[in-house]
Amino acid sequence: MSHDHDHDHHHDNELDPMAARVRALETILTQKGLIDPAAIDVIVDTYETKVGPRNGARVVAKAWSDPEFAEWLKRDATAAIASLGYTGRQGEHMQAVFNTPDQHNMVVCTLCSCYPWSVLGLPPVWYKSPPYRSRAVIDPRGVLAEFGVTLPDETKIRVWDSTAELRYLVVPMRPAGTEGWSEEDLADLVTRDSMIGTGLAREAA
Amino acid sequence: MNGPQDLGGQMGFGPVAPEKDEPYFHAEWEKRALGVTLSAGAMGHWNIDESRHARESLHPADYYASSYYEIWIKALETLLKRHGFVTQDELLVGKSLGGNARAKRVLQAEDVPAVLARGGPCNRPVGADARFKAGDRVRTKNFNPEGHTRLPRYARDKVGVIDVVREGFVFPDTNAHGRGENPQWVYTVVFESREIWGEGADPTLAVSIDAWESYLEPA
Repeated sequence: MSHDHDHDHHHDNELDPMAARVRALETILTQKGLIDPAAIDVIVDTYETKVGPRNGARVVAKAWSDPEFAEWLKRDATAAIASLGYTGRQGEHMQAVFNTPDQHNMVVCTLCSCYPWSVLGLPPVWYKSPPYRSRAVIDPRGVLAEFGVTLPDETKIRVWDSTAELRYLVVPMRPAGTEGWSEEDLADLVTRDSMIGTGLAREAA
Repeated sequence: MNGPQDLGGQMGFGPVAPEKDEPYFHAEWEKRALGVTLSAGAMGHWNIDESRHARESLHPADYYASSYYEIWIKALETLLKRHGFVTQDELLVGKSLGGNARAKRVLQAEDVPAVLARGGPCNRPVGADARFKAGDRVRTKNFNPEGHTRLPRYARDKVGVIDVVREGFVFPDTNAHGRGENPQWVYTVVFESREIWGEGADPTLAVSIDAWESYLEPA
């Protein structure tokens, strides 16, 4: 949250070009009364400390534990996820896609960086970058190999390109040997990448 | 537009480079870039489609050489200039040179949690029944508009199957250009990999897109 509000310009010479460019924009808009720098602090704090993949992990853990919730999540993910308190920006229209032994799901946005912020937080750099966006739709197995994931040859892969305003959450398969686990413990097995489809849930230790 | 953003199936970008324990931000300025972009968007003078179009309108060489927050900031400068909130001179000197631009809304710190929690739903009622139903075979159109579109090049003029009928959504192709929301039905359309990638395609792969109704014709 700490932020230097000193806009004294001789300091800008010490900034790298992008830092200076962003500082200039923030300064101009603040001077004109168009933005509130304190609002920026709150936005940053929200996505650094409040909204992140732990949200999605709780959704997945609940779906693993509660068949009724899983059914709801399948039918109306937006409502089911909202019932846990996760709503809002880039999560307005959700669809959960469930991995099975026959089908692995993977999510990409080839056109920009659409990502379910409300359950996963801000996307990682690789998700927004050309290597992933270009190859996920043509060579998902090659991409998975770079994440250390190898699927059986016969497993079908479904890649969901988020070209509209639907945001996809992959529900990975529940790891073996976790019968009777609490939702809290199960959530620890749910990685961010497993909810994008570039990873699998962690195995039970 | 057939711009640098339309990446599906392009080659030559090298391997994906996952970063272990990746931080949310890689520099302090990225935090401010996120916050300035969301705050400026909250003024309410442009929509997400115009914003996406500003990003994809960067010169391809610039787009590919820029990190994602750099792309955001460059596009934000374009939007702010286009809508009369800043001038090029102001960007050069890094301070306000006056003017009386007024925003419809100014996002205040205390309102941020509610605004983020509300988001910006894009579903809208459509005045007509959906033209297609699940299981229908459809062909995507072949078009190359100079303006914004969300039909990727790799999925043009391809035959697929309607997987899910969604609901009415704002139509980005007009909304990005101030020509109205014109909501249309959206469908998840699934394609076999061979239909898209032809010879040598991974036979276990199927790819889906979410397509607005006007992108589709019966097949």
